[in-house]
Amino acid sequence: MYSWKNFAATTAFAVLSGTTAMASCGVDAGRVSIVGNEFPAIKTVAAGAASCAGLDVSSNLTADHQKINVAGMSGDPAEYTSAIIANSSVVALINEDVVRPLDDLVAAHGADIPKNQLITIDGKIYAVAFMANAQTLAYRADALEKIGMEPPATYEDMLAAAEKMREMGIAENPIGGAYKAGWNLAEEFVNMYIGHGGEFFKPGSAEVAINNGQGKAALEMMKALTAYMNPDYLTHDSNATNAEMEAGNVMMMNMWGSRMGNLMDDEGAEPEVYENIKVGAPMTVGGGSIPASTLWWDGWTVAKNVSDEDATATFLAMKNGVSPSILTDETMTQAVWMIDGYTPGPVNDGVFAAINMSAQPYPMLPFMGLLHTALGDNIGDFLQGKESAEQALTDIEAAYSSAAKEKGFLQ
Amino acid sequence: MSSKAHKKPLPLTLFITVVLGAWLVLAAFPFLWTLWGSFKVEGDFFSKANWAAALTGELTQTETGGSVTGSGYYGAWIEEEFWRAAWNSTLVCFFVVTISLTLGTLGGYALSRSPHRYAFWFLIIALVFRALPQITLVSGYLPVFFEFNMWGYLPTAIVVLIAINQPFTLWMLHSFFKNIPQDLDESAMVDGCNRFQAFRHVIVPVMWPGVITTGLFSFLLAYNDFAVTTLLLNQDNQTMIPKIGSFLGTTQTKGNVMFAVSAVVSVTAPLFVMILVFQRQIVSGLTAGAVKG
Amino acid sequence: MKHKTFFWFVLPSALAMLLFIFLPMVSIVVQSLHVSHEQVIIEVENCGPFGCRQSTTVDQEATESLRDAKPLGQFAGLTTYMDRGHLAVNEVGDAWNAARGWRDFGGRMLNLPFYKAMAFTLTFTFVVTPLVIILGFLIAVAVNSATKLIRGQLIFVSLLPMMITPLVGALILFWMVDARGIVGAFLQDISGDPNLSIKASTPLMWIMLMVYGVWHSAPFAFIVYYAGLQTVNTETLESAMIDGASRAQRIRYVVLPHLLPLTTFIALMQLMDNFRVFEPIISFSASAHATSLSWAIFNDLGGETRQLSSAAATSVLTVIGVIILLTPVLIRTWRDFGRK
Repeated sequence: MYSWKNFAATTAFAVLSGTTAMASCGVDAGRVSIVGNEFPAIKTVAAGAASCAGLDVSSNLTADHQKINVAGMSGDPAEYTSAIIANSSVVALINEDVVRPLDDLVAAHGADIPKNQLITIDGKIYAVAFMANAQTLAYRADALEKIGMEPPATYEDMLAAAEKMREMGIAENPIGGAYKAGWNLAEEFVNMYIGHGGEFFKPGSAEVAINNGQGKAALEMMKALTAYMNPDYLTHDSNATNAEMEAGNVMMMNMWGSRMGNLMDDEGAEPEVYENIKVGAPMTVGGGSIPASTLWWDGWTVAKNVSDEDATATFLAMKNGVSPSILTDETMTQAVWMIDGYTPGPVNDGVFAAINMSAQPYPMLPFMGLLHTALGDNIGDFLQGKESAEQALTDIEAAYSSAAKEKGFLQ
Repeated sequence: MSSKAHKKPLPLTLFITVVLGAWLVLAAFPFLWTLWGSFKVEGDFFSKANWAAALTGELTQTETGGSVTGSGYYGAWIEEEFWRAAWNSTLVCFFVVTISLTLGTLGGYALSRSPHRYAFWFLIIALVFRALPQITLVSGYLPVFFEFNMWGYLPTAIVVLIAINQPFTLWMLHSFFKNIPQDLDESAMVDGCNRFQAFRHVIVPVMWPGVITTGLFSFLLAYNDFAVTTLLLNQDNQTMIPKIGSFLGTTQTKGNVMFAVSAVVSVTAPLFVMILVFQRQIVSGLTAGAVKG
Repeated sequence: MKHKTFFWFVLPSALAMLLFIFLPMVSIVVQSLHVSHEQVIIEVENCGPFGCRQSTTVDQEATESLRDAKPLGQFAGLTTYMDRGHLAVNEVGDAWNAARGWRDFGGRMLNLPFYKAMAFTLTFTFVVTPLVIILGFLIAVAVNSATKLIRGQLIFVSLLPMMITPLVGALILFWMVDARGIVGAFLQDISGDPNLSIKASTPLMWIMLMVYGVWHSAPFAFIVYYAGLQTVNTETLESAMIDGASRAQRIRYVVLPHLLPLTTFIALMQLMDNFRVFEPIISFSASAHATSLSWAIFNDLGGETRQLSSAAATSVLTVIGVIILLTPVLIRTWRDFGRK
């Protein structure tokens, strides 16, 4: 077994380090093994970590990372010494107690990490964030010009603009949205509910509390929006929604900041389309002042069940992976980096606007994942007109409660 | 089959020809569409504006300057090193097919020759095992494999694929051996062979057609598996199908979808050769009655 | 065959299944009978790049001792099986009491995830299985009557739907049946309804999933039947003809009985595979319209927080479902076995 492992690790190391110059990271021995998602920004971070001289660095970046990271960090010693996660997924690792508090390591080696990048829970540091994301408005400037309206600042404006575009024959279904049943749909509800000023749980407890006026208003607004969407909206994830916009069918949508670069480049669309796609601030809803959007960060952690030497090596390698040295012309546009020397482009306006408007971060609660799943499974019936908003909210609460009982959050 | 008994009246011939024609179109059309589209850019093949773009390739023209492009193939095989995955798949398929057939032939033979009730129950339990959803099984393996440091390597995936393929292999080979007359091996045993010798010298020479047919199904299982390989192999050891899955990803990077499409076309080519080579054996294998319930 | 010889012959196979199927199965059953320990929730302040806020977290120290004492969690018996996500005993009782007539009761049942999944799973199983058998038989007859020269190619083309990985095969079909894809546009044309969209309508989505199921599995039935047809006893057929049997009678009394054991085998495998229908639901993003038991397991395991006990309980229910479904076929096999 051991020789396979060494072999795999060293080949990965050779492949990764082929592209980046070797750097000294202040440590010359130790095992670093990274698990994370597979999008380009994370590949850049893993390559940066692998450029540390003398360390044994391997990485496994896959879309299924959330299915393997808990198991992969539970063994002793853990297969993975670091997991790259987001604010929604870090709680799964903390719930299972597989990541270590980083206070000692930060004190010894991380004095130069800006304090706002440290994710602390109850005063203990559990992760270091390196990039930010948020859903914001993307719109076609030419279409809004034709109807003589400003980019919508609220969802109500968006509905009015959509009605006008449909009347004037600019587009049959001018609104886009990642409303695919499941995770995406739940995320849109989370945005809309936060925009209405709702709280998901009774304070200080795991008891869900969304069956209220704000919950109903959020659902009604979502349904109003779907009237202007492609009728297949329940199958459209963010990939499909982007494709709709690039095909020139969609004029306005709420989309991830990280995907805007793809929309505005010259591939996959006619010039008339990509030249006119602009990014705006996230919208508010129902007269609220908080945007109907959530802020996200991606960050790295260090496993609990590894030796202190490996933990130190991992900490230093990951720190190097998110250091200014990884920023090049190519990597600069991959994300909204929280790294010194990062210069944002116009595609990132939306995310910064969201931060400035003090949008709320996605709730980092131990039981939020269960509610997210329950939301994703039950909103579709309401949007299709199969049941009332009250019934949908009752179903969501019931589904959440039975899941929370199984996980020990409720008795 | 050329006997007069099979000369068909005209309406029947017509009906059969129509059924066959319609089926061939249904079976081949998506593949041909994919084959054609794999030489276009993503904006054309997955056009949301107009499906005809996949045929005419307008964006392919503007983006690459030609009406066809091999960039999907280049990206998959050269940039993303799909050949590594192809090699891993070759290893996995070879070992899964040979080992599961070896185990299956031994087990299937014994099951077909045992008159005892427990042989029946053995088969039934194997069937119940097959009913367990793969996804549950795989998530059950994860903690154990990580604990024993076995996760991520080809041998682990091979052993798992063999094990979950055993019920089907046993059932199929069991029925095949049932159709080989018992007298054959029993007379050999009368001549002084023990059970294993009888199996080796009498049964092995006549079992190949059935084994090859079963092998085809084992091969397809190993070749096309996604559920097991995607969760049990690390990136360097990925086989072809999880590699294709990683081209798609959760957030599709521009152009990568076409890598997946070209990879799928590439993956189908060896199957074509294999079917042509083995089609006589496949048929003669089942001819001997491989699959009787 | 002696017990001892039998033992040695089946040992390797049995060992593989014991280690990699039986043991996981036991752990799944055990898992389904347990739920997590009570998690102590405490209020804390969380800080990050977007500022600090009051939040809650799990008190690890308080739960750690509980976990160490009983790593499996707390024993819950059949609670998970009976909860709303599975058999929903209480909810079914409530629906029964509150329902105004059968229709209303049915509607209330379909609002419960398990019964919603069962409704689609059973419909899918009982529609697709017979169609696969019939279509596979027709193709086999057709290919069998083609000239020998082109049979190899015909077999290859006929096997294509089974051979292309569903991962991408379904992705491409998904685009083709889109309202603006080639098949979707064609359907709009022949139906005369320019707004027809398969993905937006529950009945059409169900039909499409079943059409895909038949398309994907027909090659399996085809290849088995095709081989079966090679062994039809020509002598029996000819003597039947001499006795004056018509074509229909010959097929009825000679060919079909010969293919019956094959039909049992196909039915067994197809019933089992269709009951576990999963891949097309994911590939066609159909979960808003149709769910299945396997999809429910995937959904439990794929969320931000994995629900292992719930997934385990659904898995056990799936196995029980398969056993019930296969019982008639198995009783038949039992009788055959006794005869031989």
